[in-house]
Amino acid sequence: MSSEPVLVARDLTRYYEVSRGAFRDSATLKALDGTSFTVERGKTLAVVGESGCGKSTLARLVTMIETPTSGSLRISGNEIAGASKETLRALRSKVQIVFQNPYGSLNPRQRIGHTLEEPLLVNTNLSAKERTEKARAMMTNVGLRPEHYERYPHMFSGGQRQRIAIARALMLDPDILVLDEPVSALDVSIQAQVLNLLADIQERLNLAFLFISHDLSVVRHIANDVMVMYLGRVVEYGTRDDIFHNPQHPYTRALLSATPMADPERKRERIVLKGELPSPLNPPSGCAFNPRCPLAFDLCRVDRPELLAHEVSLVACHAVNKPEAAPKAA
Amino acid sequence: MPVDVSLPAITRPTAPPSPLLSFWRSFRENRGAVLGLAVVSIVILVAIFANFLAPHDPFEQYRGFTKLPPIWVDGGSWTYPLGTDALGRDMLSRLMYGSRISLFIGLSVMAVSMVVGVVLGLAAGWFGGVVDVIILRIMDLIMSIPSLVLAILIVAIIGPNLTNTIVAVTVVYLPRYVRLVRASALTELSKDYVTAAKVSGVGPWRLMFVTVLPNCLPPLIVQAALGVSDAILEAAALGFLGLGAQPPTPEWGSMLADSRDLITSHPWVMALPGIAILITVLAINLMGDGLRDALDPRLRKS
Repeated sequence: MSSEPVLVARDLTRYYEVSRGAFRDSATLKALDGTSFTVERGKTLAVVGESGCGKSTLARLVTMIETPTSGSLRISGNEIAGASKETLRALRSKVQIVFQNPYGSLNPRQRIGHTLEEPLLVNTNLSAKERTEKARAMMTNVGLRPEHYERYPHMFSGGQRQRIAIARALMLDPDILVLDEPVSALDVSIQAQVLNLLADIQERLNLAFLFISHDLSVVRHIANDVMVMYLGRVVEYGTRDDIFHNPQHPYTRALLSATPMADPERKRERIVLKGELPSPLNPPSGCAFNPRCPLAFDLCRVDRPELLAHEVSLVACHAVNKPEAAPKAA
Repeated sequence: MPVDVSLPAITRPTAPPSPLLSFWRSFRENRGAVLGLAVVSIVILVAIFANFLAPHDPFEQYRGFTKLPPIWVDGGSWTYPLGTDALGRDMLSRLMYGSRISLFIGLSVMAVSMVVGVVLGLAAGWFGGVVDVIILRIMDLIMSIPSLVLAILIVAIIGPNLTNTIVAVTVVYLPRYVRLVRASALTELSKDYVTAAKVSGVGPWRLMFVTVLPNCLPPLIVQAALGVSDAILEAAALGFLGLGAQPPTPEWGSMLADSRDLITSHPWVMALPGIAILITVLAINLMGDGLRDALDPRLRKS
């Protein structure tokens, strides 16, 4: 446990069987197809991609709400696949989650104090007084006032609710915090407050963050490493600076070019992707990105590119990894 | 270690209004509901204190004073304010004791079907799959038979008495509760706060009854309130058909049935139990509507 990163995933896969009516075979939806990554204590891995690329499935696997179809997931050195119920129960408190929508993630009939104490109630043997003390201390830590203890969620604004959700996630002293688009439902000034709070907490508690987002400007602010996903697969994985300053994969470039910049002088070259995200039930052959890719050539339509080291990042693209095979005019 | 990001300061924290108080405020706006609540309270008080309030024994037959009209009709007497029935029993006393039986039926049907409905509905919503299908198909089966016909069928099989009336009416009204609980449980189970509770290690029992159930309650409370009046009506119908409480029990439905042949000669004897049923059911429905308006923010007047 000493030197191993707190979260290690190898070829993590999650398939769903989708029923298509009584007279057709059920289809397999590859929500997540062979994803590998590591997160160390005190570091943030950002997972980026458009809707339906498997980001939220990844969050559900890491928080152990769902079990992976195959692959290995190690949390604090413990393998999840095939672990006993007791191990899973113990590990569950090590990974906590903060959801996107602060209006749905708090029980509307529970007072804030009770919401914060519930994890302690079911997981520890602390007395009621100790639980209350811990909850009140945590409220101060996330910038809530003591009188908020007795209130119900509907009396709070979105930013305050997100603070409550963060406080609840921290009650069990987790090692890993999964942040599923924690600020995308908030307005920009509140986003900054919550992001600062998260950064502060990470530094103080030495937490590993798995930060799921589609907002690249937020990712640039908070991430150490960035993983770009497309249709259940990783297309590019590298450090934040490499991804933002030297993007390799055509999809990453297109994403970055779509990020708004507050700089009127800067000339932007927008790469506009054609078409829609293909159906994950019927992904294109070869590289899943080939129908929309500006660099696609013959090989991309038949052979799926592997995630290979290119310069400093890992990239899954034939045009990048095998430039000699690509036609020059592309 | 306070965090350096500051929240907008509130100079004087005011205590938020308690949920009960805000509920009462919006309930009060609906005059019909308040009237219904008042009438229901009176009926409940009458039922509780029937043995003090009733001027006579409900079973005592005053042979010399049969079929007396109520006080406001010629020939009425203050001894029997609402008159007497064909056997000379005091109508007012019988109606007062009858309210006990009607309310008892209504409340016990409501309580039993609510408990069973919550358990079955939560089970259907939580387990899904085969359990869900089995429970729902049984409920569909019950709903596919007209309610009174089914109640008559059940009473005919298990025998006519008060307890069996309650069983029959409970079975008939069970599907509403089950479907209602299942639907709201499914809605709540898909919400993030349930997932968050799961992630923090909350077990299935606590999740169902402590986390999810309180959030399913508002529509259930309304259904329960309205269900009391439906149960009273259904039980009265069974009593009218001779399948409910057996004579000489003063049950409103069987009182109606007993005085059927007096409808032309002495209409009051038949009208009074009917009016009692009408007033009680109407009051409960008015109250239930007010309850729904107050509990459902979407219907609240802004």
